[in-house]
Amino acid sequence: MSDAVHTTKQKAELAQSRKTSTSYAVFLLAGFALLLIAPMFFYPIFLMKLLCFALFACAFNLLLGYTGLLSFGHATFFGGAAYFTAHAVKVWGWTPELGVLLGVAGAAVLGLVMGVVAIRRQGIYFAMITLALSQMFFFFCLQSEFTQGEDGIQQVPRGHLFGLIDLSVSTNMYYFVLAVFVIGMVVIWRFINSPFGMILKSIRENEARATSLGYSVARYKLGAFVMSAALAGLAGGLKSLVFQFATLTDVAWQMSGEVILMTLLGGIGTLIGPIFGAGLVVTLQNYLATSDFPVTIITGVVFMVCVLVFRRGIIGEFYASRFGRMLGFEHRH
Amino acid sequence: MAQPAVQSPKESRVVLSARGLTKTFGAFAAVKDVDLDVRDAQVHALIGPNGAGKTTVFNLLTKFLQPSAGSINLLGTDITRTAPDKVARMGLVRSFQISAVFPHLSVLDNVRTALQRPNNLSTQFWLPVSSLDRLNGRAEELLTAVGLIKERNTIAADLSYGRKRVLEIATTLALDPKVLLLDEPMAGMGQEDIGNVSNIIREVAKERAVLMVEHNLSVVSDICHHVTVLQRGEILAEGDYATVSQDPRVRTAYMGEEEA
Repeated sequence: MSDAVHTTKQKAELAQSRKTSTSYAVFLLAGFALLLIAPMFFYPIFLMKLLCFALFACAFNLLLGYTGLLSFGHATFFGGAAYFTAHAVKVWGWTPELGVLLGVAGAAVLGLVMGVVAIRRQGIYFAMITLALSQMFFFFCLQSEFTQGEDGIQQVPRGHLFGLIDLSVSTNMYYFVLAVFVIGMVVIWRFINSPFGMILKSIRENEARATSLGYSVARYKLGAFVMSAALAGLAGGLKSLVFQFATLTDVAWQMSGEVILMTLLGGIGTLIGPIFGAGLVVTLQNYLATSDFPVTIITGVVFMVCVLVFRRGIIGEFYASRFGRMLGFEHRH
Repeated sequence: MAQPAVQSPKESRVVLSARGLTKTFGAFAAVKDVDLDVRDAQVHALIGPNGAGKTTVFNLLTKFLQPSAGSINLLGTDITRTAPDKVARMGLVRSFQISAVFPHLSVLDNVRTALQRPNNLSTQFWLPVSSLDRLNGRAEELLTAVGLIKERNTIAADLSYGRKRVLEIATTLALDPKVLLLDEPMAGMGQEDIGNVSNIIREVAKERAVLMVEHNLSVVSDICHHVTVLQRGEILAEGDYATVSQDPRVRTAYMGEEEA
């Protein structure tokens, strides 16, 4: 039956979607190849930092871009997981992969708690509740014993992956981080392109209609929130191993703001946009760290330019550009 | 036109009923003490001038609004305090006055979205989208039934207004509801689509109850077995179309304007 109704237009659409997936595949393979050889050209710690923040931004975008919820409390999951992982590895002597998994689980639990409270609110109310809860968590971390207050957990050993591979060798650590990053991206991609993801999409398109079809909208949003929190935790746990410390900076509200900035810069609702946003912000921070000029002013200016000139973000604008469309990309939002 | 085209069994089962349904917004009563019985295998029309409270009644029945007073019973269960998504899962499915499609999904995906829940394919975040392909057969069947199969791959936003409403009905039918609430299904439709949708409604009402808000009186007289007239939130008259349309109060309140 389906063959009989294929019109020329539909054939063109089919060809277009094939072109899109080919372009995407080429794009991704090239990116992956670059990341494989990158340690030969760049300082590994910088690259690892970049990958951690890229994953964090993508996790955040899973919520903002695909559910339309603007959380102002994602530092809780990132920083919380950093503490959990650091504690497990340093105090309990867990192997790094188990430590990271604990961070993910902890972030998911925090996400569930915050989500249950906030999920029925919308827009600015949702943002405010998440901000308030994350400030509460910040003070918990400041006061609590296991986080060691102002000092943070220092000198976290990287340990041996599966008890075998020595992660204090920075090349080993880099490829471990890269592997986790790729796994995280695959999880996000699958999540978006799944039966669950379809329902999320329909909720974003028309929430009342989704309700009238019998979907409990709040539960699906909560699912996305917990998934986003868990992946942010993956990034945070990883980061504490890379830098070998977990401090209050990771749970502070500025961190929540930074990840919003990265996502907006890269392109909301694009799978890979936040990677570029994170790359830009982290690079700026790195190169300006040594100059006398305050970094925040530069990132602030960059952010303003982005909002004024290219609202769709770097990747969003690229998809919408003539060149992007020629390659078969299309930005739908 | 005066006779309903389909005579329905007089004493079919009441599937949805409301007693003393009231909704106040501050001092203003949008709906006042409305009793309603919707019967199985019947098309029941809710008519009345603009602002009579028809859509509010819909929102109350489907629990998108919480009634201030009164009770609602669906298939023998009290749903006065039930959440709207739960009500939908119990078999009471509505459409909206403003077309409710998922604009950036294809026609096929719109219907598949509705089919996902009854087929337990809505929470799996680890499966690929292609796992939904097994819903295609049923989705195409529904699209064929409403005459939308040729547009199966069209993005819903690109459909004409009337075709969007048709898609909405197909999506609603995908849930195989016991009671169907249609809010002005014919509004903004061309004559051809009106005939088409009238036939669809007549067809689906053979096995389920349909309650519809409708302004087009020739449609009402054509396909509806029972008519309730609302005015300023209260029931003004009730009965079959012939009776109601002869009621002098109704003529002055509503039809007078229409037929003048």
